[in-house]
Amino acid sequence: MERWGVSKLAIVLHGLAGAAILVALYMALVFAPTEATMGHVQRIFYWHVATAWVGFFAFFITLVASIAYLRTGRRRWDIVALSSVEIGLAFAVIMTVTGSLWAKPVWNTWWTWEPRLTTVAIMLLIYATYLLLRRVIEDPGRRARFAAVYGIAGFVSVPITFMAIRWWRTIHPVIFKSEGFDLTPAMLAALIVSVLAYSLLYISLLLLRTQLEFLSDEVAELRESLDE
Amino acid sequence: MSSAWQAVWAIVKKDILAELRTKETLSMMLIFVLLAVFIFNFAFDLRVENVREVAPGVMWVAFVFAGVLGLNRSFIQEADKGCLDGLLMTPVERSVIYFGKMLGNLIFMLVVDAISLPVFSVLLNLALVRWDIALIVVLGTLGFAGVGTLFSAMTANTRAREVMLPLLLFPVALPLVLAAVKATAGVLDGAGLREVANWLNLLIGYDVAFLTISYLTFDYVVES
Repeated sequence: MERWGVSKLAIVLHGLAGAAILVALYMALVFAPTEATMGHVQRIFYWHVATAWVGFFAFFITLVASIAYLRTGRRRWDIVALSSVEIGLAFAVIMTVTGSLWAKPVWNTWWTWEPRLTTVAIMLLIYATYLLLRRVIEDPGRRARFAAVYGIAGFVSVPITFMAIRWWRTIHPVIFKSEGFDLTPAMLAALIVSVLAYSLLYISLLLLRTQLEFLSDEVAELRESLDE
Repeated sequence: MSSAWQAVWAIVKKDILAELRTKETLSMMLIFVLLAVFIFNFAFDLRVENVREVAPGVMWVAFVFAGVLGLNRSFIQEADKGCLDGLLMTPVERSVIYFGKMLGNLIFMLVVDAISLPVFSVLLNLALVRWDIALIVVLGTLGFAGVGTLFSAMTANTRAREVMLPLLLFPVALPLVLAAVKATAGVLDGAGLREVANWLNLLIGYDVAFLTISYLTFDYVVES
């Protein structure tokens, strides 16, 4: 019964996220003004920053859930950490691809080894390895503990990736500075709506993914009781 | 000396003694370092014009790969011979075991680095035996051994363990290696330590972060 409640909540959230993404599309493609030097290509920025935000946030949630798991030993925190890595990785890949699509016309190259891109590549590798690590450990308790430790140690890469464009000289634009934003009010509005829309999508995906893992636990238990 | 440090030192002494009996790990690491330099020599054709540009990278890749060899043996040996259970049963904090194993690994790596730097100097025809490079080597190796020891304890209990350690360790340690390469390249190009201070700061920051995280999480890695 309780499970049905969660599923309903997830369906409602998905509907909301879908509607918000449509609004965000309108804002990014029609409402926001065309950027003066880059032209329409700049509009990919609204997806790039929104997915980047969700990716970074998802890895942060993994950090929090990993610490919570080590402190409490509760399976639900392990499930949240795993789910958040999977979703975060998907969003981080979208961020990388949209960035690359933008870079081709603006920087005249798909990829360059400058600090932001280098640190992003490292971050992607770390979280892909996180998923690999979970696969090579049989014992569930040990798998959860080791994954939590790696989720904590791997997170060091996230703030470094975030700060890379602020610490080092790089060609990657810095939009959010301590002095304020480099955006017109309409652009900022479109960006905020995009970020909110994709955050909603993240929450609804996280809910579904954790639910799926709970169900698979239940199936495993049932199968075990059948074997006895 | 407090009893915790005495216990740390006892573990370090045990590892050094065991190593001196066979000298297996050290000789493996040394031969590997040399092999790596030979391979780079053939792959890059290290001629006099460009050797200064590739030397820091060659040096650190050799150090890092050799370091993984040592780290891999550090806990697998303990686990295979049942010594890990014995270690865990000793009435000391788990962090003492971590620092003991970490210091042992650090010493082995630094010994290998110290022996191979003069050899690199001869083979690459570059003056690499300098105190500023030594400082960078110590800082880089410290962070690498710090997080490497934690992951080594983890992978000793996984399937495909020898393969898993570099897979886990390299991406996490990459920024550290990057900073070490950049700092080494800087001082080789004649810059003072002050001019590469931002890379040194990154190295120190990583060392502190890795040692703290490892100290705080090691308990959960060896818990059975």
